[in-house]
Amino acid sequence: MDGTLPTRVNASPAPAPDPMDTRPFRIVRRIAEVDGCFTLHLRSLDGRPLVYQPGQFNMLYAFGTGEVAISISGDCRDLTTLVHTIREVGTVTKALAKLKVGDVVGVRGPFGRAWPIEEAYGNDILFVTGTIGLAPLRPLIHEVLHRREHFGKVVICYGSRGTHDILYEKDLHRWRGRFDLQVHVTVHSAPSGYRGRVGSVANLVKIARFDPEHTTAYVCRSETMTRPAVQALHERGVTSDRIYVTLERNMKCGVGFCGHCQMGGSFMCKDGPVYRYDTIEDIFTVREL
Amino acid sequence: MVHNDIHATPAAGHRLIVGRDGLDALIAALRGEGYAVIGPRVRDGAIAYEPVDSTADLPIGVIDEQNGGHYRLNTGPEETLFGYTVGPHSWKRALYPPRQSLWTAARDAEKGFTIEKPDGTPPRQAFLGVRPCELRALGIHDRVFGVQPHDAGHGAQQFTDQGYAARRAEAFVVAVNCGRAGGTCFCTSMGGGPQAEGGYDLAVTEINRNGWHDFLVEAGSEHGRAILDTLPGRRAEVYDVQAAQAVTDAARGQMGRAMVPDVADLLAKNLEHPRWAEVAKRCLSCANCTMVCPTCFCSTMEDVTDLTGERTERVRRWDSCFTLDFSYIHGGSIRQSTASRYRQWITHKLSTWHEQFGTSGCVGCGRCITWCPVGIDITEEARAIHDSTRGTAGGTPEGTNEGRA
Repeated sequence: MDGTLPTRVNASPAPAPDPMDTRPFRIVRRIAEVDGCFTLHLRSLDGRPLVYQPGQFNMLYAFGTGEVAISISGDCRDLTTLVHTIREVGTVTKALAKLKVGDVVGVRGPFGRAWPIEEAYGNDILFVTGTIGLAPLRPLIHEVLHRREHFGKVVICYGSRGTHDILYEKDLHRWRGRFDLQVHVTVHSAPSGYRGRVGSVANLVKIARFDPEHTTAYVCRSETMTRPAVQALHERGVTSDRIYVTLERNMKCGVGFCGHCQMGGSFMCKDGPVYRYDTIEDIFTVREL
Repeated sequence: MVHNDIHATPAAGHRLIVGRDGLDALIAALRGEGYAVIGPRVRDGAIAYEPVDSTADLPIGVIDEQNGGHYRLNTGPEETLFGYTVGPHSWKRALYPPRQSLWTAARDAEKGFTIEKPDGTPPRQAFLGVRPCELRALGIHDRVFGVQPHDAGHGAQQFTDQGYAARRAEAFVVAVNCGRAGGTCFCTSMGGGPQAEGGYDLAVTEINRNGWHDFLVEAGSEHGRAILDTLPGRRAEVYDVQAAQAVTDAARGQMGRAMVPDVADLLAKNLEHPRWAEVAKRCLSCANCTMVCPTCFCSTMEDVTDLTGERTERVRRWDSCFTLDFSYIHGGSIRQSTASRYRQWITHKLSTWHEQFGTSGCVGCGRCITWCPVGIDITEEARAIHDSTRGTAGGTPEGTNEGRA
């Protein structure tokens, strides 16, 4: 504390909207995805779009059940529809899973830091992800493709557990058809006769064609799977200051008040969920932090 | 305004010597302005902050005895009004209530649901008896809840907690300087001291001169000055100010504990220290320390639905990093072990808080030591790590834990 506490706090209730207020959005489309996942297309009831950047998240509210932090998965240039892909795991996501087209959810957000894009101009781009990790990364992939001329090679390395739980398979097929995009897909295990690649995503990083010294990598995997991905990138020569990762913690408020999402000195809701790897490298390997 | 040097400003008009009747007049004046006056009272054998009508409600002649896991109220030799230090309550209860309704919602055939927010008019509260460490805690919460801008926090967006901001703007603060330090006090080694340094409307020092019992009252704001002018009393002379200074000087020399220097860096460098496992053998992860701490701010959300399922309420309530639930995400909790939860609490409080808010999260009030059922001592845990890494055995380090920002 610098000792200069004011004798009187000038705190009139701010005119800004309360960050704890949720806005009603109607479900206009529901898509069943693989592996217990589903995608909701939402439209605001008040007509105001929710403007966001790739990598940001919202707090989705299921009436009477609660809120959950879910990253945004659409194209951020399409302001008519807010897209969230959700895996049915906990109380709130199970409640969200039961909702149908026409039902209403509450939305607070967007929160958190976005994936930086301009920092990667002129570089090759490498997306390293797996299973549902493609969901928070999809807005960034869309945006990179919108600005395709600013980048060198663009590579997607995607891994799933089996052949039937490849998320956004249609998108991957479409992207694979583009000549300006390398798409590598691997599965952890496959039935005999499967002609695709079997193995870890880290192995895809080893075979992908990019210029390691001029590459920016975006990693969106679970915390345990982020480590081997980062290690593979390091082995290829991509340094920590050009690797972006996204992390996950319990979140109750999204604005740095509830304290749940702390990792060391950062609030993941405000300082994350996207981090440049060199800024967290020291504490990332400390267990139970 | 910081006024460490009490001789720097002239006494005329801004400082008054009043008797107990003067404090009663103060309480009456505040009540007359529509304030609910909250002050220290004895409840269930402890000092609690509750509504007071007059000085008769204050803990007259009460002195507290505090140590690790130990708290007793005794009758002191004098009829003091403020002879005790801090109890289990802190002012965060009034500004950031343990349970707040954020809104209620009702199902609506057309719109899905409609949300109704509670009346946002903040209560008009006057706090009587805010100790200097508690003033610092208020200043820390002003940063945490976005009322006071700061440069820390990795440049992330700063939000304002509107409920806190509204209550804080309404609050009238009467500080009371300390004439005694408790057995678990260590404010001086956290960059503070027993004398208020600003952040109040009025500050009171209880002076006992050979049985003559009166109070030096100083104004710290325009509003405080306006009320001070209405109180019965006489202008404070230099010798009164000196007597008040002697009161806080005495307390300064009585600190029951001391924090080791440079504790923020020390803990940041020792995230894997064996002491965490050691303290975890004693820690019950009961969360008492976080509940009594005047700066702990973590909260959780609860959704309470009525039996019909048609109406629901969203409630924010205090939470603690000592619970297993606190760090729960799909697949399990991040902090499974008690060691990791204790480490989270103490490193946040003493170390990472600087990164987030440009200040320590600890004001040295000693509550976490007193109210720990097994008497775990934050200063002792920090010292154990300090000693193990520097090879020094004991000593009383002087305060160098002031803000690094």
